[in-house]
Amino acid sequence: MVMGELSQETHVAVIGGGPGGYAAAFRAADLGLDVTLVEEEPRCGGTCLLRGCIPSKALLQTAEIIWDAMQADRRGIRFGAPELDVAKLRAWKDGIIDTLASGLHRLANKRNVQIVRARAFFENAHTLRLEGSDITHLTFRHAVIAVGSEPLSPPGVSLKPGGRIMDSTGALAAQDIPSRLLVVGGGYIGLELGCAYAVFGSRVTLIHRTERILGGVDEDLVRPLVKRIHELFESVRLETEVEVLREDADGVTAVLRGPSETREERFDRVLIAVGRAPRSRGLGLEALGIAVDAAGFIQVDAQRRTSVPHIYAVGDVAGHPMLAHKAMREGKVAAEAIAGMPSAYDVQAVPAVVYTDPQIAWAGLTETEARRKNIAVKIARFPWGASGRALTMDAADGLTKILFDPQSGRILGMGIVGRGAETMIAEGVLAIEMGASAEDVALTVHAHPTLSETEGEAAEVFLGSATHLYVPGT
Amino acid sequence: MAKVFRLPDLGEGIHEGEIVEVLVRSGDPVTEGQPLLIVETDKAAVEIPSPFTGVVQTVHVQAGQVVRVGDPLVTVKEEGEPAEESPAAPAPGRPMEARPPEAPEGLPVPASPATRRLARELGVDLRRVRPSGPGGRVTAEDVRRAAEAAAIPERPAALHGVAPPEAPEPLEEERIPPRAVPPAPSAVSAGAPAFPAERRVPLKSFRRVIARRMAEAWARVPHVSHHDGVDISELERLREELNRKAADPERRLSLTPFLVKAAVAVLKEFPAFNARLDEERQEIVLKADYHIGVAVDSPRGLVVPVLKDADRKSITELAAELRALSQRARSGELSPDDVSGGTFTLTNIGALGGRGFTPIINYPQTAILGAGKARLEPVVTGTLDEHTLTVRLILPVVLAFDHRVVDGADGARFVNRLKALLEDPKVLLVSL
Repeated sequence: MVMGELSQETHVAVIGGGPGGYAAAFRAADLGLDVTLVEEEPRCGGTCLLRGCIPSKALLQTAEIIWDAMQADRRGIRFGAPELDVAKLRAWKDGIIDTLASGLHRLANKRNVQIVRARAFFENAHTLRLEGSDITHLTFRHAVIAVGSEPLSPPGVSLKPGGRIMDSTGALAAQDIPSRLLVVGGGYIGLELGCAYAVFGSRVTLIHRTERILGGVDEDLVRPLVKRIHELFESVRLETEVEVLREDADGVTAVLRGPSETREERFDRVLIAVGRAPRSRGLGLEALGIAVDAAGFIQVDAQRRTSVPHIYAVGDVAGHPMLAHKAMREGKVAAEAIAGMPSAYDVQAVPAVVYTDPQIAWAGLTETEARRKNIAVKIARFPWGASGRALTMDAADGLTKILFDPQSGRILGMGIVGRGAETMIAEGVLAIEMGASAEDVALTVHAHPTLSETEGEAAEVFLGSATHLYVPGT
Repeated sequence: MAKVFRLPDLGEGIHEGEIVEVLVRSGDPVTEGQPLLIVETDKAAVEIPSPFTGVVQTVHVQAGQVVRVGDPLVTVKEEGEPAEESPAAPAPGRPMEARPPEAPEGLPVPASPATRRLARELGVDLRRVRPSGPGGRVTAEDVRRAAEAAAIPERPAALHGVAPPEAPEPLEEERIPPRAVPPAPSAVSAGAPAFPAERRVPLKSFRRVIARRMAEAWARVPHVSHHDGVDISELERLREELNRKAADPERRLSLTPFLVKAAVAVLKEFPAFNARLDEERQEIVLKADYHIGVAVDSPRGLVVPVLKDADRKSITELAAELRALSQRARSGELSPDDVSGGTFTLTNIGALGGRGFTPIINYPQTAILGAGKARLEPVVTGTLDEHTLTVRLILPVVLAFDHRVVDGADGARFVNRLKALLEDPKVLLVSL
């Protein structure tokens, strides 16, 4: 090997191989640009694939099977108590990750995207210093920062890899099914993993800092989930915070301060899920004068250009919502802007999905936001109790609601709670992006009986023409 | 409530102007910032934007009319109100909606993602497109139509001092439809006239202003054009070095701010070129300010925004200001103030080429400096017997001036001094 400095040139340097990074790299390569992707981990895929969306869905899907089997009794089917082979579940889950990660590397190869395994720092506005690779310097004409985010910890809590106090990464590794699990944080990560572990057999205590779980999500959408977790969890404590967490050989002692009392309790494991923070520090952005806001997000324009115009930022590090699909679109926009195309991130609705059972999904304007910003809306709700399909699925507690511009009937937002919300929300997203009106959705024939019918009927509720719901006064 | 829009104070002591063109008709929806009329003042022709969003109820003025500040121009009925004067009585029963409602304030224009992409590609602002879809939705067809309309150079907004581009103005009905069949292979298709019949195109809007101003300048001012070539090799090296060092490619310096700065330095030595002839009082008015107009190529044509107090600004400052003005010129957002008050004009057509041209003076100014495209040229120095041949970068320059105010010798001296400054950046430096 040649000793000394080995440097390489590239047209586009992408830092980070998660959804934002690989989407940018692949799109840029497809547009004929020379692309080098720098990823510090052995595999691409980022948080989403390696320790986020994909593994959590593998666990949640498994939990759903168990749950459904448990509920089958009322239909006249009796299963024995499920036996869970955690090692086998883990291997199956890891196999999915392997398949997808190697698929990414094959896709990169086919496109001639070079992947360099290294940690990257900006040495100057056109050079990256690489650590951990034979190539020590990468000079570029354009760069895309896609370094993502990482889990936050409450002050005073330290996490050891493999320890009993875990973040989402540790919980998704699924070492064992703890008999008592404390979940700190009632956001979507804590709820998803808490539900999965509860179904797997853990006695779960959920604590949440404020008086409502999933703060910011409309209350009527959260209600069925609140009901479910009260059945599923041993304890749900709101306005409660961790005062002390002490880990020892066979458990964790937690001091939990609630609104009326402070209690000390023992748990086998603790999951910390209090949020995520952008990883904008330690890249050398300050020296380049790349503007970062108070929360650590890199500030970007509609093309995802930073304050240094030939450097772009996409995904979690470039702002909320921290969602893979938002990152992927941003990555494509950045690549197209670099290639000189008149591209812009003008997305009007980024769907959000909470994969609990029941699922919650929403897109566009929410009722909470409309109220906060004083935007006039008309809201039509279609409760799933009126849907034949929902009843056959034991999903009568679901709800579909649509927010309309009162004058034009234009669809501004949609929210769904219930099974299959993850798929159904797509119709709402398309409607919002197309500028569709209540009539457009109402006059579109929805298959009967399906859950998607509830979307057509919600639009009809707005128009006063719903079939399966009688709304007085319309 | 219907609101009456009156001619606003246009600044610079302008009290009246002539309506050149009315861009809206009653019944038209207008959005805030949309141009309503073009008004010509003694300084410049400017577009007057609407301060309201709504529907035009009444237009109080017509082209050719002289209006004073405060005179009513247009009455705009704000959205959601019954029309006070309806152009035609709607049929009884379901009220006819003349136009689909526009997107409520704050909401994005309803248009599909593909239509939005098309709008970006064609440079169309969706808020300015008249929607044809239900609920005010903008369709791809609407965007294409808007782009086509914008592509027709209805008013090449060239102002005095710069030759406007040769843009024929096809009439709406004369627009050539897309060809359905490929043209016949023969050179002249049977039946086609050997020469196209002549066409009559109305002179309107900015074009009309330019026509009158050019004729006035040309008729009143005995023009002299003094041509020369300036060796800018050293200046170019300096400029390239500065630009290499500039981290931000957006901050690159063009030649123009150097020309402005050099021109100002020479104007200080030759004040008669920074002057105006007051014919009535038979006096030459020597200006104390150095406001340099710079011709800028914009999609609407050439416009001449003014760099105010160019003598008090650094080259970098002038470059930044010029960038901002050019940006506004390109987006059609120049204010009356941006284009008025010039005391001398620079027109650099180097980007387009050209070895020499004779610019028309931006009347009532006294002189205009033109620059062509710098080229590498062989330069011979020495005597008839002993000489050397070198290759240098030569910039063709021309100074057109009013021979009533200054003489040919003054013009030659002016250009010689300008050459001295531009050929040796050190000399330029000490003259700043």
